[in-house]
Amino acid sequence: MSMKVHTRQVDGITILDLSGRITLGEGSVTIRDAVRDVLAKGSNKILLNLGDINYIDSSGIGELVSAFTTVRNSGGELKLLNLTKKVHDLLQITKLYTVFDIKDDEATAIAAFAK
Amino acid sequence: MADSITSRVSFTLDSSLESVDKVEQTAEQYAKQAGFDEDTVPHIAMAVREAAVNAVLHGNAYDKHKRIHAAFETTSDSLIIRISDEGPGLDPEGIPDPLAPENILRGSGRGIFLIRAFMDEVNFRQLNPGTEMTLIKHRTPAQPGT
Repeated sequence: MSMKVHTRQVDGITILDLSGRITLGEGSVTIRDAVRDVLAKGSNKILLNLGDINYIDSSGIGELVSAFTTVRNSGGELKLLNLTKKVHDLLQITKLYTVFDIKDDEATAIAAFAK
Repeated sequence: MADSITSRVSFTLDSSLESVDKVEQTAEQYAKQAGFDEDTVPHIAMAVREAAVNAVLHGNAYDKHKRIHAAFETTSDSLIIRISDEGPGLDPEGIPDPLAPENILRGSGRGIFLIRAFMDEVNFRQLNPGTEMTLIKHRTPAQPGT
C-alpha cells in the first residue's frame, strides 16, 4: 500500500495526516513533496501525524530526518504526532527519539509550537 | 551439530523495487513458517527488505542488466537469508556509524545498522563482482514451525 497525505490547518499549524507506508520510492517522495509544498506556501510549522503509518523503512526514517532539517533550516518547526509502536521502536533504536519533538496528543502538539 | 535444511527457495530478480517487495514478502512468509513470534517476524522482514534495497540501489544501482539473488533457507536451528548483487562491492567496515553525533541527522545510511539490530548474525562476502549478505536469525526450541 502506498502512502497518502491529507493536509489541514489548525491554529496556524499545518498538519499532515499520513497513512500507509513510508518506504524507498513512492512513500519517501510523497512526504518530501508534501513538506516542500507546505514550505512553498509560506507555512513552516508542520505537524506530521504518523498515527496511520503502519510501516516505515530506513529510507522513510531518513526522509523524516530530512524533512526535520529542511523545516528547521527554513526557520520553522516540525514535530511528530501519534507514533505507532513500530515507528516508536525504530526511532528509539536509531537514537532519533530525542532528536524529534514527539507528541501523543494533537492539542498538546499544537500548543507546543512557538507562537 | 547437525543442522538439517527443512525448507529452501531461491530467486533471481531484476534490480527493481518490485523485487524488493517480493523478497520482503518471502522473508515474512518464511519467518512465520519458522515459528518466529509476531514481534520478530516484521523485524526479520524489514532486515531482509533493507538488504534487498541495498543490493538493488547501492549494489546494482537499478541497472536493468544486473540481477539480485535471494535465497531463503530454514534449518532446524536458524532462518538463513542470502541476498547478493552484481555491483562494485561493499566494504561494511567503511559504512559510517549512523548513531554518531555527526551522522545522526543524515538522510540515509541506516539500512545496514537496522539489519544488524534485527538479525543475530550478518556476514558479508565479496563475489567479484558483487556482494553477498547473509542474514541469520536463530530459532528457539519454543518455536513450533517446520
